[in-house]
Amino acid sequence: MITNFRLWPESASSVAGGVDLLFLILLVVCTAVSVGIAAFLIYSAIRYHRKSPNELGTQTRYNIPAEVTWTVVPFIFFMAVFVWGAKLYFEIQRPPDNAMSIYVVGKQWMWKVQHLEGQREINEIHIPVGRPVKLIMTSEDVIHDFFVPAFRTKQDVLPDRYTTTWFEATTPGKYHLFCSQYCGTKHSGMIGWIYALTPVDYQRWLTQGAPEGSLASTGEKYFHQFGCANCHHFNNQGRCPDLRNLYMRPVLLTTGKTIIADDSYIREKLHDPDAQVPWGFSANVMPNFTGVVTEEQILALISYIKALGPQPGTQEPSSSGAAPAEYGTQKGIGGPGATSNAGSQVEKR
Amino acid sequence: MIQAVAPKIEKNYLNEKVGLLSWLLTTDHKRIAILYTFSITVFFFIGGFFALMMRLELLSPRNWLVSAETYNKLFTMHGIIMVWFFLIPSIPGTLGNFLIPMMVGAKDVAFPKLNLLSWYIFMLGGGVTVYALFRGGVDTGWTFYTPFSTTYSTTYVVAAAVGIFIAGFSTILTALNFIATIHSMRAPGLTWFKLPIFVWSMYANSVVLILNTPVLAITLVMLAVERIFTVGIFDPALGGDPVLFQHMFWFYSHPAVYTMVLPAMAVISEIVPAFSRKPLFGYKAVAFSSIAIAVVGFLVWGHHMFVAGESVYSALAFSFLSYCVAVPSAIKVFNWTATIHGGSVSWDTPMLYAIGFIGLFTIGGMTGLFLAALGLDVHVHDTYFVIAHFHYIMVGGSVMAFLGGVHYWWPKISGKMYPEGLARLSALIVFIGFNLTFFPQFVLGYLGMPRRYAAYPEEFQMLHVLSTAGATILGVGYVLPLCYLIWAWHYGRDATPNPWRATGLEWKSSSPPPTHNFEVTPIVTAKLPYDYEAMKEELELV
Ligand code: HEM
Ligand SMILES: [Cu+2]
Ligand SMILES: [Cu+2]
Repeated sequence: MITNFRLWPESASSVAGGVDLLFLILLVVCTAVSVGIAAFLIYSAIRYHRKSPNELGTQTRYNIPAEVTWTVVPFIFFMAVFVWGAKLYFEIQRPPDNAMSIYVVGKQWMWKVQHLEGQREINEIHIPVGRPVKLIMTSEDVIHDFFVPAFRTKQDVLPDRYTTTWFEATTPGKYHLFCSQYCGTKHSGMIGWIYALTPVDYQRWLTQGAPEGSLASTGEKYFHQFGCANCHHFNNQGRCPDLRNLYMRPVLLTTGKTIIADDSYIREKLHDPDAQVPWGFSANVMPNFTGVVTEEQILALISYIKALGPQPGTQEPSSSGAAPAEYGTQKGIGGPGATSNAGSQVEKR
Repeated sequence: MIQAVAPKIEKNYLNEKVGLLSWLLTTDHKRIAILYTFSITVFFFIGGFFALMMRLELLSPRNWLVSAETYNKLFTMHGIIMVWFFLIPSIPGTLGNFLIPMMVGAKDVAFPKLNLLSWYIFMLGGGVTVYALFRGGVDTGWTFYTPFSTTYSTTYVVAAAVGIFIAGFSTILTALNFIATIHSMRAPGLTWFKLPIFVWSMYANSVVLILNTPVLAITLVMLAVERIFTVGIFDPALGGDPVLFQHMFWFYSHPAVYTMVLPAMAVISEIVPAFSRKPLFGYKAVAFSSIAIAVVGFLVWGHHMFVAGESVYSALAFSFLSYCVAVPSAIKVFNWTATIHGGSVSWDTPMLYAIGFIGLFTIGGMTGLFLAALGLDVHVHDTYFVIAHFHYIMVGGSVMAFLGGVHYWWPKISGKMYPEGLARLSALIVFIGFNLTFFPQFVLGYLGMPRRYAAYPEEFQMLHVLSTAGATILGVGYVLPLCYLIWAWHYGRDATPNPWRATGLEWKSSSPPPTHNFEVTPIVTAKLPYDYEAMKEELELV
């Protein structure tokens, strides 16, 4: 029968308290105002109830001070809420630099999850409490939405691009994961669980059911399997860029623009290799991998490329995937060397 | 009393011509209003039937009544019918058509034949949509998000889009007609600032409809082109951008949600003064707030996309602008309330609906403040909180206003009085049923219940059961007026020309009015709108 009946959602993330506070304050103020208006309406309707059929009301038409008051006072209140809500939003939208990454792929109608350590899950995500977790998400088909009510976070998951969300669980437990963007027949079945574990339990979970290798090492396999390694190796005579130290570094393009080699940039290389060609290289060299590699394989490839070089600003334990031997000696060529302060366009705003 | 039972013999718009053809070929704005009333009532009950089926399905956390596929079609068809075939045409098509010419003292709208054409186009659009429904329905949601609608859905998306596309032309033509009528057909002496606020609001509404409906049309064309010819516009697999669709859709649809409520505000702005026997408080503030809503309403569409991958800076701008658009709504609420204060307040049915409207619209608007708060919207977006928010405005607000308006002008439209006691009871039932249906949905939403779910985790069941219980009460509240108004049309007590002793020009005509509305073109000598002071003798008020 009816279980777990409640009126207030569980709150289990570092931002949940802030969201609840704003909600409660708004609730109190708005309830007070609504009740005030309703009481005044009812009072007036009773107090001035028509006493004789020929009665006329007092013929006041306007009152400028009143008009100004009920325009300005609400506006000031609205601005306060606006600022508060915006502050909260920035906190919710911007992952801390030290967040650990997990990759999520949505498809009709399931969530596929890949950990850097190599674990894969479906409709379940195990995370440690007390550590910020950043999700890098994409969809294989339509738009989905990653929603964890207990964390007060939600983010649409779009095909053909990465969106991110982050949270830091505060209380160990099992929390609902919902798809919150209508995505077809079994939309309401696209649900799962987040398991927030204590650090000890999380370590135990990581070592259990030992995966074949880290995500990066799986990526390395793909790197050879799809023939990436045929070109991107140490003595390629400058036909293709060296991928060591590429991740999250600025890349100078043939257009003269500089961008950051983030996840989206690497993903784009596979689907539309000539959209942004690094300085010193030519278009029409790299093949298009659309329809050849899946979103999950791309994510593995990205984490391999990530493992090939340090990423500024993160203290993430580097994954166990080692660079292939042929990368051992060769000096970087072209692209990655160029520097600029230009921010990446998609990931870090 | 004696006068009331005396049979009416004079010719009016209802009895001057008889027969089905006289209705189907009429160019009389009042008869066209009746045609619309008939059509939107049918659509309302079709849409309502879908809603009832959904509510029944949601009694249980599992799919017990219908499959997930059917459920998805139910909410889609419910949304499509209610938005485009009930809410948007409801007050403009019925009360707007009937009243705008009368309120400005004209014989008809500026383009009577075009007006009839509007109705036929509307029916054609409705017909195509109903065809799509009987062929198997649509499952995209009324929002048609891509690439689901263009590539993945296997239902009758194009047929439904064509139906809506066609109906859009009817909306545009009606809006055009109203604007032309208000500009060019006002009676001598009836300057802009003497117009009833109904006319101001309908004017603002018409401007919005003319500007935004073409955007919907082009968006639907692009959707159909991608679906039929696989041209990449929205589907990334074809090189398109799915978020582009959302921008185009909401650029249409946010203004569209205001076109569902501006006419309701128009009605309330008439009922409140008439039943308080007092001029509308802050006339100019209310008039300009409609214009402000119309203008700023075009600048806030991005608040539907705060978690859709929008940049934080555009989110900031859209949040700010959403708060700005809330100000004119607040102004209206305060002015209506101030009008009642110090009036001679009657508790007749229209006023009960109006007071209900003010309360429910306030709650709907205030929860808009929650949604426009960026960090809060992240949590409640696409949950039942949003469902509750817009139903408070569109059902608690617009439908209540529509019912209030129908009761208020019923004597004028039908020449008969409706049964007051039963009508008050129904208004009360609607109010209770509505709150029981939708208030629990705010709680559900904050708890995290996503919208458009055919099945759900057990912990949400209690609130869903409450909501369904409310919906059945609400259903009763809607069926009752249908019954007693049909009854009153035939058997009601005859109405006098001005049973409420209101000030508008429409009340100077007989009930029901003659085909040409006024025996002589009225000349407006009053200096102000709602001029009870000047009309004291005429209305026998002290
Ligand atoms: C008082 C000012 C209002 C504000 C500040 C406001 C704010 C909002 C916001 C921010 C959303 C997006 C919520 C989300 O999807 O997460 C929203 C949704 C919505 N609002 Fe309002 N709103 C207001 C008034 C209205 C009015 C007057 C109407 C209709 C007559 C309306 C109808 C809707 C509808 C239909 C949706 C949801 C559409 C959908 O997703 O299917 N709102 N509102
Ligand atoms: Cu979904
Ligand atoms: Cu909106």
